Amino acid sequence: MFTQIFFGYCALMIISSGILAISLRNPVHCVLMVLVLFFHMAGLYLTLNAEFLAAVQIIVYAGAILVLYLFVLFLVSLREELNLDAFVPSAWLGRIIAVGLAGGLLFVIPSFILGEKGVWSMSAIKELTHTKALGQEMYSTYLLPFEIAGLILLIALIGGLVLARREANIPLEPEAPEESQTCGHPNRKEVSL
Amino acid sequence: MIPLSWYMALAAILFCIGVCGFLTRRNVIVMFLSIELMLNGVNLNLVALSHFLESLRGQAFTFFIITVAAAEAAIGLGIAISLYRSRRTVHVDTINQLKG
Repeated sequence: MFTQIFFGYCALMIISSGILAISLRNPVHCVLMVLVLFFHMAGLYLTLNAEFLAAVQIIVYAGAILVLYLFVLFLVSLREELNLDAFVPSAWLGRIIAVGLAGGLLFVIPSFILGEKGVWSMSAIKELTHTKALGQEMYSTYLLPFEIAGLILLIALIGGLVLARREANIPLEPEAPEESQTCGHPNRKEVSL
Repeated sequence: MIPLSWYMALAAILFCIGVCGFLTRRNVIVMFLSIELMLNGVNLNLVALSHFLESLRGQAFTFFIITVAAAEAAIGLGIAISLYRSRRTVHVDTINQLKG
């Protein structure tokens, strides 16, 4: 009974803060709403006996990724927002597509049938603790994907460095190439400063 | 005990909130946040299924999805910053040209 009330509270908070996150005008408020959503998602992971993933959700998602978003939001000035053209011509068409997709997904859920059960029953996980069980699975069965995940993080690190560095070292260029560009862009140096 | 269909319904609703945000908002950073919402919906589905199937496969997959989401956020926000820089310099250039 308590678990169901807890699930209801988490579901209500997740849906309401998700809707607020995509509808608020100020992007900083959007990020804070997503933070609330991630904490309640960690609560739902706890009801599913996945303590390690709940901790990872809070540490990595709420602690690292959202802080990265906040840094970028404060780096990019809020008055001059980065806007792209929307993918659909009007906002109402996008909302209709999303509601139709939700209706379709909710319609097919009751016909879902569970497959064969695996070897990690709840008592086996409780006996070994969840972190240890997940670690055993991760370092034996999924060793190659684990290494590939490390490679992905390395590529993201290098890519982030390259993307952030390219414009930053323009003011540090020597004078010689600056003079050759002078005819085209007289104020080039002041602009980049 | 909470039935599996509740989790799947919540995950579907969360995914569709993300789709709605991605299609309707025009701010790049809010679009990235909507992608994070979609990934979280998928994560919830995977963890719930792995609990009810008594297997750790879904949770291992969730682990890798979190890794890829971190990499995607870093690269996407780097692209957003360089886009902002190039747009700002273009903006200032036109102002200078107008001034003569």
